[in-house]
Amino acid sequence: MADDKAKIQALENKAKELRKDILRMLEKAGSGHPGGSLSAIDMMTALYFYKLNIKPEKPDWPDRDRFVLSKGHAAPALYACLAEKGFFPKKELDCLRKINCMLQGHPSKKLIPGVEASTGSLGQGLSMAVGMAIAGKLDKKAYGVYVVVGDGEMQEGQIWEAAMAAAHYKLDNITVFIDNNNLQIDGNVDEVMSVYPIKEKWQAFGWKVIEIDGHDIKQIIDALDVPHEKGKPKAILANTTKGKGVSFMENKAEWHGVAPKKEELDNALGELE
Amino acid sequence: MTEQAATRDGYGKAMCKLASNPNVVALDADLSCSTKSASLAKECPERFFNMGISEQNMIGVAAGIASCGKIVYASSFAVFAAERAFEQIRNSVAYSGLNVRIVGSHAGLLTGEDGASHQAIEEVGALRSVPNMTIISPADAIEAEKATMALADYEGPVYLRLGRMKTPILFDEDYKFEIGKGVQLKEGKDMTIIATGALVHRALEAAKILETENISARVINIHTIKPIDKEIIIKSAKETGAIVTAEDHNIIGGLGSAVAEVLAENHPAIIERIGVKDTFGESGSPDDLYEKYGLTEKHIAEAAKRIIKRK
Repeated sequence: MADDKAKIQALENKAKELRKDILRMLEKAGSGHPGGSLSAIDMMTALYFYKLNIKPEKPDWPDRDRFVLSKGHAAPALYACLAEKGFFPKKELDCLRKINCMLQGHPSKKLIPGVEASTGSLGQGLSMAVGMAIAGKLDKKAYGVYVVVGDGEMQEGQIWEAAMAAAHYKLDNITVFIDNNNLQIDGNVDEVMSVYPIKEKWQAFGWKVIEIDGHDIKQIIDALDVPHEKGKPKAILANTTKGKGVSFMENKAEWHGVAPKKEELDNALGELE
Repeated sequence: MTEQAATRDGYGKAMCKLASNPNVVALDADLSCSTKSASLAKECPERFFNMGISEQNMIGVAAGIASCGKIVYASSFAVFAAERAFEQIRNSVAYSGLNVRIVGSHAGLLTGEDGASHQAIEEVGALRSVPNMTIISPADAIEAEKATMALADYEGPVYLRLGRMKTPILFDEDYKFEIGKGVQLKEGKDMTIIATGALVHRALEAAKILETENISARVINIHTIKPIDKEIIIKSAKETGAIVTAEDHNIIGGLGSAVAEVLAENHPAIIERIGVKDTFGESGSPDDLYEKYGLTEKHIAEAAKRIIKRK
């Protein structure tokens, strides 16, 4: 019991540190996506520091778990996790989005160790993850494939093609987090182009759906630990707040794709102490 | 009577052979009987995945499977495989340099009766401008079979363009197919016909017509449109002085444009492009369509005669 509590506290602390990394790298870059990175970082912390069976020194290890950030604009969250995990030196975070540097504005498979799929064009990562899951079944390997999909991203039809295929091919080795922060660029998701009800849609497509508070580490890891139903892919509907952790960013569409300035960064870091 | 077979049949034969390669996986979008990917499915059903009528997902899935070390052949009609899923090819496959072969069957006006919605005449042009893409357009079923086999050992993203109808067999079993190398099929000194795919046999027929009129036409088969064999093109410009290109594709963007680029930058020579003149096709038999849209050996020969006067 005490062990569990300590484990959860450690993950919460880790997520807080990674939030600082995200904000610092964005301020240095002068552009990028804080809102969606901060809404996804708790689930990604749980993945990278609790769940994923990966070897930073061997990014191509054939039996590794795969993680695909289908909402690729949350790249800062991914880079913070990969750097902390040891896939590349932390100083790379200082030249995010700069010319001739490793860390691209959206994840690049060719350039960055630990990145499984080049994403950024919404709706495509899930299909690639489905392919990885199919390959896993084909090769009779035990690895899991994990994905973070955005709520606005579900407006892309390709997401539903991939969801259909995952259920059809009985991919019980794939787990999708839906980062449901109800905001996109032009405003609330339900006002721009409603994707609700989310849970029922994924269930109708043949997925098992678990709904959680996407910022509660215990709920996240409990959901990850629920075994798949045989032959059924799993979706974790994570209700989140865009910009979570920084009071002036929380729930604001305008913090989707604007980097904090130095003073804003200092205020944010102060809140994260 | 020359033996005839469709390039898609050559693909089917190769897929049957490739079924025994444990690294090869085939995907299709509900057209496996038409594209002939079904021949791998028949031999090795566990390495064939029908993705249904979801081409964009099919390309993404292909990328994901390729990222796990497989060689993936993903087929559908060219309009759907290459055009509907164009951005997926660009962002999921080409940008990461993955070993996905996008196989576009039923390309060009050769598709015939299904009509304009199904006649891909712009996809070579579109894919030429995607970095990291190799583009192969075989001239007959033998070349198609050899190309498909060669692609099992080739690194990087590829677009393979195939046709619906039977066309004359031009090569024999010991033809050595080499990706990236143009093939001179006939020597000539007055002008050169540079052709690809379904128009290569028509280029040879055109050369026969020209011979009866004492015109010596060189004929070159460009099966690899990207990366294109610049040397053979420049050599023909230097030695014959005039070029006619021939393709079942819009004259904008495809082989004709690629050849014109090489000539303009290296050895300008007068060129005329035979192909679809920037118009959509329509329903009709392939022969009727070729006649109406100017893709027959007669049209190639007439262009050759015109071009010689402009040397």
